[in-house]
Amino acid sequence: MIKYGIVVFPGSNCDNDAFYAVTKNLGNDAVFLWHKETGLQNSDVIILPGGFSYGDYLRTGSIARFSPIMNSVIDFAKKGGIVIGICNGFQILLEAGLLPGVMLKNKSLKFICDDVYLKVENRNTIFTNAIPSPVIKLPIAHAEGNYFADEKTLEELINNNQIVFRYSSPDGEVSEEFNPNGSLLNIAGLINKEGNVLGMMPHPERSCDPVLGNTDGSFIFESIQKSLITAGG
Amino acid sequence: MYKATVIVKRRPTILDPEGKAVEQGAKLLGFNNISDTRIGKYIEFYVNSDNIDTVEKEIKEYAEKLLSNPIMEDYEYTFEKVEND
Repeated sequence: MIKYGIVVFPGSNCDNDAFYAVTKNLGNDAVFLWHKETGLQNSDVIILPGGFSYGDYLRTGSIARFSPIMNSVIDFAKKGGIVIGICNGFQILLEAGLLPGVMLKNKSLKFICDDVYLKVENRNTIFTNAIPSPVIKLPIAHAEGNYFADEKTLEELINNNQIVFRYSSPDGEVSEEFNPNGSLLNIAGLINKEGNVLGMMPHPERSCDPVLGNTDGSFIFESIQKSLITAGG
Repeated sequence: MYKATVIVKRRPTILDPEGKAVEQGAKLLGFNNISDTRIGKYIEFYVNSDNIDTVEKEIKEYAEKLLSNPIMEDYEYTFEKVEND
C-alpha cells in the first residue's frame, strides 16, 4: 500500500481533501506532516496541498518554503522521491526552486473558482501514465496562477517535455480563449527535468469522489500507484 | 543599530495588473497626465548590529532570499544608524 505524506502548513486548507481522496477514494495510506516536523514518516509520496500558507503574505508560498519540513521535502525530491504540489503547493515548489518559474496574479486580478479542461501534453510521466484520455476536466481555485518564466526556461520546459497540463477547450484546443489566468503557454502543470516532482494549479483531490460528479482527478493518483507498483514499490 | 528600508519592484518586463487597475481609478478621478502606474512593496526593519558591513550583508541576504524573488522582482535598499532604545 502506498503511503502519502500530506504536509500541513499554517493556512493549508486542502490537506483534509487530499487525505480523503487518497485514503477513502483511492484506498491508500496517508499521514499528516506538520510543517515544523522534519521527518517524513517513511512516506512514499509527498503532497504539498492547496491553501493559503502563511496568509499568502509577501508572495504565495514564499514563507512556507522555509518551514523546517521543506528541507526534508527538498532532500526527498533530490533523491528521486515523488512530490506533488497542488495549487498553493505548486507555488511553494516554485519558491523552493524544485520547479522553475513564478506565479503572478491572475491577469483578471480575480480569484477564479471554476472547472477547466486540461490538455494532457505528456501522458508518459509518473503522474499521468494512467490518464485514459487526451483531455481531462478539473476544478481550479486560485488568484495567483498566472505562470511566468523567462524565454530560456520556457524553451527548456518544451524541449524536455516538462509541460504536463495546459488549459484547453473540451476538445483539447489550446488557445488564449481557454486561458483562465494569463499563464504563459496556457501552462497549468509541469514536472521537473527528472520527472519526479509535479506542480499543478488544478485540484485533482477535489475530483476523486463520484458523489462530486467528476472523478478525473483520481487518474493522477492512479498513475502514481501504477508507477510505484511497476517500480517494485 | 541600523534601520533599513527595502523597496521591491516588479521587473519592468513583468505585467502589473494591479498597477493597471489602480490607474483606471486615476483616470476616473480625472488624472489625465498619469501613466505607467506600478505597484511594489515597501518593507522596513531594524538590524541589531553596529558593524556596517554585517548590516549591509544581512539586508542584502534578507532581500535576496526572502523579500524579493529575482525571477520577477528587483530590490533597492537604504539604511541609517539609529540610537538604541
